[in-house]
Amino acid sequence: MSSDFLLRRLLIAIPSLLGISVVLFTVLALAPGDPFGELVTNPNVPAEVRLALRASLGLDDPIYLRYFRWLWAMLQGDWGFSFVSRMSVDRLILQRLPTTVAVIGASQILAIMVAIPVGVLAAAKPYSMFDQIANTFAFIGFSLPTFFTGLLLILVFSVQLDWLPIVYSTEVGGSGLTYIWNAVRQAIMPVTVLGLFQGASLVRYVRSSVLEVIKLDFVTTARSKGIGERKVLVLHVVRNALIPVVTLVALQMPIVFGGAIVTEQIFRVPGIGSLLISAMLANDTPVIMGVTFVFSCLVVLFNLLADILYGWLDPRIALR
Amino acid sequence: MMMDETELKGLLSKVRSGRLSRRGFVQRMAAVGVVAPLATQLLAIGGVAQAQTKSSYKPTKRGGGGALKVLWWQGPTLLNPHFATGTKDQDGSRVFYEPLAAWDPEGNLVPVLAAEIPTRANGGLAADGKSVTWKLKQGVKFHDGAPFTADDVVFNWEYSRDPATAAVTSGSYKDVQVEKIDQFTVKVIFPVSKPFWADAFIGVNGMIIPKHLFKDFTGAKSREAPTNLKPVGTGPYLFKEFKPGDLLTGDINPNYHMPNRPYFDSFELKGGGDAVSAARAVLQTGEYDFAWNMQVEDEVLLRLEKGGKGRVHINESGSMEHIQFNTTDPWTEVDGERSSIKTVHPTLSDKAVRDALALLIDRDSVQKYIYGRTGIATANYLFNPPAFRSKSITDTFNVDAAIDILEKAGWKKGADGIREKGGKKLKFVFQTSINQPRQKTQAIFKQACQKAGIEIEIKSVTASVFFSSDVANPDTYPHFYTDLQMYTTGPSFPDPGVWMQSYLSREVCQKDNKWQGRNITRYRNKAWDDLYDKAEQELDPIKRAAMYMELNNMVVRDRAVVGVIARSGVSAMNGKLQANPSGWDSNFWDLFDWYKDA
Repeated sequence: MSSDFLLRRLLIAIPSLLGISVVLFTVLALAPGDPFGELVTNPNVPAEVRLALRASLGLDDPIYLRYFRWLWAMLQGDWGFSFVSRMSVDRLILQRLPTTVAVIGASQILAIMVAIPVGVLAAAKPYSMFDQIANTFAFIGFSLPTFFTGLLLILVFSVQLDWLPIVYSTEVGGSGLTYIWNAVRQAIMPVTVLGLFQGASLVRYVRSSVLEVIKLDFVTTARSKGIGERKVLVLHVVRNALIPVVTLVALQMPIVFGGAIVTEQIFRVPGIGSLLISAMLANDTPVIMGVTFVFSCLVVLFNLLADILYGWLDPRIALR
Repeated sequence: MMMDETELKGLLSKVRSGRLSRRGFVQRMAAVGVVAPLATQLLAIGGVAQAQTKSSYKPTKRGGGGALKVLWWQGPTLLNPHFATGTKDQDGSRVFYEPLAAWDPEGNLVPVLAAEIPTRANGGLAADGKSVTWKLKQGVKFHDGAPFTADDVVFNWEYSRDPATAAVTSGSYKDVQVEKIDQFTVKVIFPVSKPFWADAFIGVNGMIIPKHLFKDFTGAKSREAPTNLKPVGTGPYLFKEFKPGDLLTGDINPNYHMPNRPYFDSFELKGGGDAVSAARAVLQTGEYDFAWNMQVEDEVLLRLEKGGKGRVHINESGSMEHIQFNTTDPWTEVDGERSSIKTVHPTLSDKAVRDALALLIDRDSVQKYIYGRTGIATANYLFNPPAFRSKSITDTFNVDAAIDILEKAGWKKGADGIREKGGKKLKFVFQTSINQPRQKTQAIFKQACQKAGIEIEIKSVTASVFFSSDVANPDTYPHFYTDLQMYTTGPSFPDPGVWMQSYLSREVCQKDNKWQGRNITRYRNKAWDDLYDKAEQELDPIKRAAMYMELNNMVVRDRAVVGVIARSGVSAMNGKLQANPSGWDSNFWDLFDWYKDA
């Protein structure tokens, strides 16, 4: 892998990001509605004020002009300000990002920690009792939408048992250990919902990948050398089988960010997903542009990461 | 009205001389249909000092109440009251900023930053109704220690009325003049006699921002004020942290200007999510103390209340769910606009058709099956404040009567079961915003119409489009490009003056004014306009209320509009929490008085 490759990939990313932003901006500008909501039905707000606000936000200008204005500002590092809260967009996103990263990170770790052992064990003894059960749960897991499992968990653990809070708050009370416990307690349900959903589909990949490798000649050779079954599995099979899985996890990351939106809404997790939803409902174009821009950067970034990881894990693949 | 002027004047003088108690007066007025808020205003104008509404606040020391945790399923997005785009922002701002006076649930004024409520007796109200003099409370300090004075009050007027600021509160300030009399006295001067004087510096539009922090950020620069995002006010809690749409926190204000208040040591407002789970977090799991705007079916609320952790609180408000009848033709384009006032509606212009439609609204079912405790069925358009509620509209649901009217007017059923006359069929498009209770109401109406041989096509538009000022979009409610439509509006102060402009001919909503006019139905009636103008000049509150009732009767009888449900303010609160949300002011109008029973 050369720095040449990296540079080329990053340069290719620029036109794709530009393309994404043009399409997004056009769609948003064509979408009906404006960010004023209640102002419109409030009889005490003079009509001139609404018109002045529209004008001050540049909503009455032609689309191409608004786009170039946005792009020019963005190139200078100015993300614009939210129509709704009048706060700058980068600040809004930075406020929300840590929560999203924490919740999604924790759920990804949970997903991997569940999926790898289960997938490997299931593949080691295909069609055994364990494999059947694991398969069934995996199917149920990725068939059930997160909003359903989320509500189910709330009903059982919050309403019936009263163990866990329904509302995720960035401002949990207490200090020291109580603070950590409160922070963990409120994250349990959203992380479980997201982690198990991700984990369920990963199990299937891990299993099939291990199954493929386990049949290869070098595994048989290793076995015939008399290396213990456990060692064969861990050192020879899993190592090779995980190469495609790692890429998959990296490629899936952006999808995970998207999938977290629903979960964030249910548990009131103040992440960028819920920011995106409320911005969409309020027609808050600069925020939508900002958040989706972050998402598209993530897609490009993780694609690149997947390529690099692949080359690093499997030297047979050359990156030119 | 039922009481003549001499009798009323006699009663007022009795109160002044102490021969009749204020309470007795209010009761006498109630007996003739004048409800408490108006009777109280009457006393004020009649020169009787206003009784201070008695606070039921019990705690005897400041603080010690722990944290107050409230849940707003749409969190505040900005904290400058002059830019508040909705109640959520007004509520968020109100935690830190306060007005001179607030409106309690009964529509009485309660002094906050004012030393007293202006009356004729204390010299605050001018006899000609052209000015109000406010005495400010002394010794009040902003959170940064700066004193609150008349300069701050005058500054808020200048700030809001500046067109370059584009403040949403400007409606309360642009037509008045404000003068500083001395350090703690200001005078609000009206260009003409103003029967409803309690607007500037009061309630949601009246929150006072500090001059010393905003004076360099007025007009076009107003967005750049750092204080926009970290408010410094006079309120019971000091600002701590704000994440738009998500979180707002505050700490107790140790120098708050009311004794022994506030009770709670800290304040936390969590935003986001949906109404049902917010209700659940208060009523069922008890994680939060208060949740706002419970737009949830009453059936669900009743079930959640069984959780035993809290109760549902219902308060009257001005919100009116109503159906509008288009007077113009929404299906013909004239000069680039539909529903042009150059056209008349092909079938709705027949009064018999409108009468029949009005008889087909099954309000009792709508209340019983959809709104429950959270709405009151009424055919009136002007329902609250109660002082202005007409008793002469008695429309009921009656399919047979509707059929009878249509038959007599010559609308006969065609082969497809739909009535027609002269080739015109009774087919209407009925639009509203997407909202479950509204879609259910549409269905109930459609069914009744079907029985009477009228076909209703239901249309529902996403709320963010329907309630937008987008000039280019034909689906907004101001365009009104359908035959019928339904939504909620209402006076947000306990006075209908501004709100009732929605039937003035000069307010007709059309292309010329970019659909910014208030008159959505395009109703035009010279007699109505004249009566409205007279009412807005009438200083005698009783006569004025009677005029407003007549204005209501006229639009409802002419079927420009019919009421469906008067909607109440609904909140969920912890069983121990004592709070008193008002339909005429922010939910936090009395935040300083909130406490929990031991």
